[in-house]
Amino acid sequence: MWTWFYKLASPPYVYGVAAAFAPWLFGFAALAIGYGLVAGLGIAPADYQQGEAFRMIYVHVPSALLSLTVYTVMAVASGIALIWRIKVGHAVAAASAPIGASFAILALITGSLWGKPMWGTYWAWDPRLTSELILLFLYVGVMSLRSAFEDPLRGDRAAALLAVVGVVNVPIVHFSVVWWNSLHQGATIVKLGAPSMPGSMLWPLLSMWLGFMLFFGAVLCMRLQAEVLNRERQASWVREAIK
Amino acid sequence: MTVGAWEAFFLVVHRELCLSFRRPEQLFQPLVFFLIVTTLFPLGLSLQLSALRDIAPGVLWVAALLSSLLSLDSLFKSDADDGTLEQLALSGQGLTLIVVAKTCAHWLVTGLALVIVSPIVGTALSIPTHAFATMMLSLALGTLTLSWLGAIGAGLTIGLRRGNVLLSLIVLPLATPLLIFGAAATDRAISETSTAGAVYFLAALCVFTCTLAPWAATAALRITLE
Repeated sequence: MWTWFYKLASPPYVYGVAAAFAPWLFGFAALAIGYGLVAGLGIAPADYQQGEAFRMIYVHVPSALLSLTVYTVMAVASGIALIWRIKVGHAVAAASAPIGASFAILALITGSLWGKPMWGTYWAWDPRLTSELILLFLYVGVMSLRSAFEDPLRGDRAAALLAVVGVVNVPIVHFSVVWWNSLHQGATIVKLGAPSMPGSMLWPLLSMWLGFMLFFGAVLCMRLQAEVLNRERQASWVREAIK
Repeated sequence: MTVGAWEAFFLVVHRELCLSFRRPEQLFQPLVFFLIVTTLFPLGLSLQLSALRDIAPGVLWVAALLSSLLSLDSLFKSDADDGTLEQLALSGQGLTLIVVAKTCAHWLVTGLALVIVSPIVGTALSIPTHAFATMMLSLALGTLTLSWLGAIGAGLTIGLRRGNVLLSLIVLPLATPLLIFGAAATDRAISETSTAGAVYFLAALCVFTCTLAPWAATAALRITLE
């Protein structure tokens, strides 16, 4: 039963799996994001309070969620790599870090563009904004630590440990709106009881979120292939694979 | 001859304290840095005394974080350079015990010293005397937490040539909750409102890092030493 899991520790197998999955993930991501964009930007009604500017959530919310999800993926991969000494885990973590950092940057940019008409300022020193920025700094720290070592294995393991330590920031970002009195609005979808959003606004958002997840999966598969090839460049199977 | 765990702990603490008192400039430099940074703010902003009081907690805490960061580099570096750290790691005592002892000694000579000079800085920044107790307590908890976070960062960056910048990049994001709650506690003490919430949060962070950071710092040392 666990054989598929053990197989994932083998670089050639992972390379094959990533190559097989990437096009499918890209396809489904395009479908979900396409529907989300058309329905969210075109069909959904304007918000009674925020007007047309609310449509920013169709990019902002998924990218903010993804910045946290990718960090969690990176930390779990790092943990697996540290505990069971599985090299593929380091490759997954190294491949995810730039993607997660990009999502964090996207969330910050879209959020500040939305903040200008809504809050009257591009930036407020608000708990959620600040902790998202700190998340970005953590990504940068993990990436620079990995590249600072001359010995790649040592860099991998140091970055993995930092990723695991930094995971304490994930719940802080997520719950900061609840814990501190924040300018940022609270949860609308994931909470006890029915979501406080009509279906015509909600479905495009969920579709965008799903699309972003699939897109992350697709980009991860591509980056992972490159990462595995680079790490295993001495191995004979690579010569076979890139023939 | 075998040495018990407690004995080993106190031996390492004693050794660290001896070493730092033999190089007093290492002791005083972070403190002088702390004083200089806090004097730069009033000079640069040329504020009225009342406005100074508003920014004082933030200035105090930022200066404290930066000066602790300055001394973190020395936590493992010199011992790693001359091979003492390897000998300690091979001594048969748990590496975690040695990390705990070294971090405690480091806090005694940097964090505690900072807490002791903080009333001088507080007076210069016109923080009222009634806020000193809370300020010192929150600084004590904050610097101890920072020493633990710093031990992880210092452990990860030992072998690196330009580790100092990277160390700040790693430790400062993790230290931001300290800054927020520490400055909040001092701020509330100045305005004589309830400080309990912020101080409890600092204490909780301190206990949290005291329990988990030694293991993380040990793992970091194992990675960079092996």
